[in-house]
Amino acid sequence: MGLITEVGSAALVEVEEGTKIISPNIIITSFDKLINWGRRSSLWPMTFGLACCAIEMMATYASHNDLDRMGIIPRGSPRQSDFMFIAGTVTKKMSQVVRRVYDQMPEPRYVISVGSCANSGGIFNTYSTVQGCDTFLPVDVYIPGCPPRPEAFIEGIIRLQEKIKAEHFHWSRWR
Amino acid sequence: MDKEMEEIERTFETKELTVSLGPQHPATHGVLRLVLHLDGETVVKCTPYVGYLHRGVEKLGENRTYFAALPLSDRLDYISSMNNNVGYVNAVEKLFGIEAPERARYIRTIVAEMGRISSHIIWLGTHVLDIGATTPFLHAMAQRERLLDLFEELCGARLTVSYPRVGGVRNDISQEFLDDLYQFVLEFPSHMDDYETLVTENRIWKDRTVGIGVISAEEAVNWGLTGGTLRGSGVDYDVRKYFPYDAYDKVDFEVPVGRNGDCYDRYLVRVGEMRQANRIMKQCIENLPAGPVMSDAPKLTLPPKDLVLKDMEHLIHQFILITKGPTIPEGEVYVGTEVPKGELGFYFVSDGTGKPYRMRVRAPSFVHASVLPRLSEGGLIADVIANIGTIDIVLGECDR
Repeated sequence: MGLITEVGSAALVEVEEGTKIISPNIIITSFDKLINWGRRSSLWPMTFGLACCAIEMMATYASHNDLDRMGIIPRGSPRQSDFMFIAGTVTKKMSQVVRRVYDQMPEPRYVISVGSCANSGGIFNTYSTVQGCDTFLPVDVYIPGCPPRPEAFIEGIIRLQEKIKAEHFHWSRWR
Repeated sequence: MDKEMEEIERTFETKELTVSLGPQHPATHGVLRLVLHLDGETVVKCTPYVGYLHRGVEKLGENRTYFAALPLSDRLDYISSMNNNVGYVNAVEKLFGIEAPERARYIRTIVAEMGRISSHIIWLGTHVLDIGATTPFLHAMAQRERLLDLFEELCGARLTVSYPRVGGVRNDISQEFLDDLYQFVLEFPSHMDDYETLVTENRIWKDRTVGIGVISAEEAVNWGLTGGTLRGSGVDYDVRKYFPYDAYDKVDFEVPVGRNGDCYDRYLVRVGEMRQANRIMKQCIENLPAGPVMSDAPKLTLPPKDLVLKDMEHLIHQFILITKGPTIPEGEVYVGTEVPKGELGFYFVSDGTGKPYRMRVRAPSFVHASVLPRLSEGGLIADVIANIGTIDIVLGECDR
């Protein structure tokens, strides 16, 4: 994005008492960049904890690491959220619920798989555990760890933002 | 007039509404699912559904040696991993017939109380958050982060620690760690005062918790409740006091007991427990004895890690113990320990091989989840949330 401040007859214009702006202010950019900037700057995750990783996720949201400064505010409803942390072990009983929550999210939607259990099943190689949540969901970013540290969570979110930054805006799903 | 009333009543004929609360709900502390039958706002029937986090921990434990199954106990109640580890190693030690040295027992007591405080802090934060106050959560999590930093300094992990070992602890604690912890212990009571200023006498908090989810002492015992949930009803029962393990018989502490058995009393009990945990830590640090941290039973305990990395004999020894397991007598053993949620019991049946024939976990959260209908039925739907918070359940332990 480029900000043009010097245009032909640049002068201060008083819009109201005490407030002056340079007129005119023009921003030139492409749609892709504008939309991606909007999307990645306020990612709202779905509040959805499954197991141990959810506790570290809470620690990441809370005072010490404070995700609010990145514009990330947890939402209680899938209809209002942009991406979802799969934070913890996904069991076969739970996988249908996870998929349903994912289906309820509006597009564009993203998924971050958190921790060994969600990535690959981890140490729980048993009859009841799904061996990796990418078997039933498209996953954008994997965060390794058992559980990952809050710094790893933040790194994962930054990777997701980079991914969104490089996206081309699809005018329609079938383009 | 009567006809008019009849007309109105007929128009507003109500019927029972069935609502599914969870498994995706921020206030269910994980993946608990409750099916509520509602008449207006009153809960007529409440049915908890568990099993959304069933990972087969008990079965996995039967396929691993006693040493290799220790990390599984971290992931039972992932908020207080350290206490689970302590419970697990205590049970295995009783089965093996060995005892940890004095210093290791003191260290375990210290770290278990650190785990208790960090667990209760999460409970306090989330319980209060569910009921509508955001500030105490943020204050509490700031102090919890300090405890997690101390865990990291101790063993390198923040949450899933696996620090205690069968026969002792993994490594001795350093003087820097003790200094940092002592600083925390000295400062913590003032932080507790902060939380209590925010919550204890808060009118909204009292309106939402006093007289909610009342259970009498007799009923609480019959339902099998343990821990703070039981003591809130006025039953003075604490495993640390009556069946002391580690160094609990050498420290002086009180067991806070409630009176009315409602959410508010259970809150007071747990807040009192945090202060007592702080007291225990202080005493243990001040009286920490010198000596080894691993018992002298080389056939039944893992060799020191630094020797394993240098010495072939120790490496082979560790390899055999982890893969094949030690030779131990046949028999069965049950050891209950006091974790923040209640009494966590490990029951082992040994058939003489290196792996347990049966590993059973007596999880307090499972028992506490079963009492939810008793607490919630007849109350309002908003009180269901308060009840879920007050019984302090973790679904990892409940479903196992």
